[in-house]
Amino acid sequence: MSKDNQILEEFTSKDYEHGWSVNYEADEAPLGLNEEIIRWISAKKEEPQWLLDWRLKAFRAWEAMEEPKWANVTYPKVDFQKLRYYSAPKQTKKPKSLDEIDPELLAIYERLGISLNEQKRLQGIAVDAVLDSVSVATTFKGTLAKLGIVFCSFSEAVKEHPELVKKYLGSVVPMTDNYYAALNSAVFSDGSFCYIPKGVRCPMELSTYFRINAANTGQFERTLIVAEDESYVSYLEGCTAPQRDENQLHAAVVEIYAGAHAEVKYSTVQNWFPGDKDGKGGIYNFVTKRGICAGDHSKISWTQVETGSAVTWKYPSCILKGDNSIGEFYSVAVTNNMQQADTGTKMIHIGKNTKSRIVSKGISAGKSQNSYRGQVQVMKRASNARNFSQCDSLLMGDRCGAHTFPYIDIQNPSAKVEHEATTSKIGEDQIFYCNQRGISTEDAVALIVNGYAKEVLNQLPMEFAVEAQKLLALTLEGSVG
Amino acid sequence: MLTIKNLHAAVEGTPILRGINLEVKPGEVHAIMGPNGSGKSTLASVLAGREEYEVTEGEVTFKGKDLLDLTPEDRAREGVFLAFQYPVEIPGVSSTNFLRTALNQVREYRGQEPLDAVKFLSLMKEKMKLVEIDQKLLSRSLNEGFSGGEKKRNEIFQMAMLEPTLSILDETDSGLDIDALRIVSNGVNQLKSPDTATIVVTHYQRLLEYIVPDFVHVLYKGQIVKSGTKDLALELEAKGYDWIKEEVDAAV
Ligand SMILES: Nc1ncnc2c1ncn2[C@@H]1O[C@H](COP(=O)(O)OP(=O)(O)OP(=O)(O)O)[C@@H](O)[C@H]1O
Ligand SMILES: [Mg+2]
Repeated sequence: MSKDNQILEEFTSKDYEHGWSVNYEADEAPLGLNEEIIRWISAKKEEPQWLLDWRLKAFRAWEAMEEPKWANVTYPKVDFQKLRYYSAPKQTKKPKSLDEIDPELLAIYERLGISLNEQKRLQGIAVDAVLDSVSVATTFKGTLAKLGIVFCSFSEAVKEHPELVKKYLGSVVPMTDNYYAALNSAVFSDGSFCYIPKGVRCPMELSTYFRINAANTGQFERTLIVAEDESYVSYLEGCTAPQRDENQLHAAVVEIYAGAHAEVKYSTVQNWFPGDKDGKGGIYNFVTKRGICAGDHSKISWTQVETGSAVTWKYPSCILKGDNSIGEFYSVAVTNNMQQADTGTKMIHIGKNTKSRIVSKGISAGKSQNSYRGQVQVMKRASNARNFSQCDSLLMGDRCGAHTFPYIDIQNPSAKVEHEATTSKIGEDQIFYCNQRGISTEDAVALIVNGYAKEVLNQLPMEFAVEAQKLLALTLEGSVG
Repeated sequence: MLTIKNLHAAVEGTPILRGINLEVKPGEVHAIMGPNGSGKSTLASVLAGREEYEVTEGEVTFKGKDLLDLTPEDRAREGVFLAFQYPVEIPGVSSTNFLRTALNQVREYRGQEPLDAVKFLSLMKEKMKLVEIDQKLLSRSLNEGFSGGEKKRNEIFQMAMLEPTLSILDETDSGLDIDALRIVSNGVNQLKSPDTATIVVTHYQRLLEYIVPDFVHVLYKGQIVKSGTKDLALELEAKGYDWIKEEVDAAV
């Protein structure tokens, strides 16, 4: 093995930091999936009939569907009957304020570095914390409510704002969109709901933190963000899970609606448990994220830093329906050890003068496989559509793989679509240069990798960018030496 | 400060350095000259600890320590600085960020507190004046798209920031325009002290008018075949290397 590879080898074999779990009393659904379970979940959540009907319809559709096989990932078949579809920490009564929340639950989040105590919170971020299947706390609700902004758990939205949920649920990602979206539609447990009224600029970052704790439990959250005309919101999502030998399933759906002149920024730092060095355990992350730029001059921007999960299947997409609307996708996907990621985006240009920009930075280390899969579609009506795609891959060592699958479909001759792709290796020269200035090899790799990913990291809100940088370094630690 | 004894080094089995002997004392400036391919950069790389060069024989002590036993980063932290003949580009990493990481790791090794942002920036300002380097250059990605001269100037700027005890400048003069040569040389001279030493690798006598060497050595086929004072550089400038090559080749 060359020195380069040895370096990379050691540098990429670091343990997962959030691998702990906590025992707490839980309210759980029986194992398995059938109509009874769905009725059980819906009843548990005291849902209206229309939502139960919606779930059941999705379930029947799902039963008739096949698991997709086209992604560049391999994993043993998931036995959906061996999973649990609902697990909630037991709270004696529904908390009315943060003070009433079980301190043990708050402690879980404190340990993750997320304080749900409003006084202690960094200013400017409202948090909705989701543990296993339910939302345990949402901060800053009052402040936001004064502006007419709704930010709460999905279950609460169903109760408090049924007309909004009914109007937008499934409007961007139809329940039968794909296998995992159908599954989610049938069994989704909780998630976040966010509504920004017309003309309102949300004054703080809204953030959801997902944590899987219970064993054998799938997490199926559902996020719905509605930004009315001329509104603005920046939304953050973070995730962690304990270290377990068995694989756990995560199948989320995120829907974003943007009205005329509205702008939504959605940022994710994904750090689910990736499995151990030999590929044991880890989260299967099958996520459907899609936004619609429904109004003219609207903009949706996805930024993701993907470091975790054993298998990732995820393509945050934009439907550019409004004229002059803009879709953006900025992604850093790191895979190490035995991780597999198949991620990318879809930009569907429907309106005139629509623009999209794709910047994808893949980093592969260990024996991992990292694929970018992107689709740019320009419909007949979309005159003067523009797309720019930049897909870069960085390889660390020679046992990992990077793959790029761009699909381009143009039905309007005035479209301009540009695609650039590069593949590079971290150079021994670069590492030596850093060493010669007194920088350790580990820090040299962190520096080089962060430099490589900078264009994407720059898109993240400040506090998140710092966290993401540390995470990148941590994920690759041990892979060089 | 630096003692090199009978140093032999090879790349992929091919011997390049074949018995180098050199003694550098604090306060001294040594110039190393020699035809292309004679092993000057190889010597610099071996001293800095580049892995692909295998030391097959000999020893090197630096401030009483076995230099060859240290990792490249520890050599740097001990005070060995190499201004590269071909500085490396690191996209997305600004010189500022790079240097701050470097300086704080060096300081940590030396048991000093890390510099906070304010102190670091004022140190930068001070050293920037020394080599007249533009702030704009330092906020750009390290060496990316820098002109040849800008890269060299940046190397000396880094040297000024890290305050090494032994600086090895590998053809820092090549690529510099006339003014830059003067500015960079002045910078190097101001950094000199009775406790530090400098090894300059160069092809041109002109640099040595600015950075005046105490000794001049000629490297040929991996050995120091002639040493002298700064007059030797003048002689080489006038006569070229042929006479030395003939002397050496005749002796074999
Ligand atoms: N990595 C390498 N692989 C093979 N040969 C090498 C390698 N590095 C150096 N060499 C050879 O070693 C010899 C000495 O090279 P070196 O770069 O030290 O010369 P130099 O004296 O610095 O020359 P110049 O004045 O042109 O900079 C050359 O013949 C060169 O081709
Ligand atoms: Mg050279």
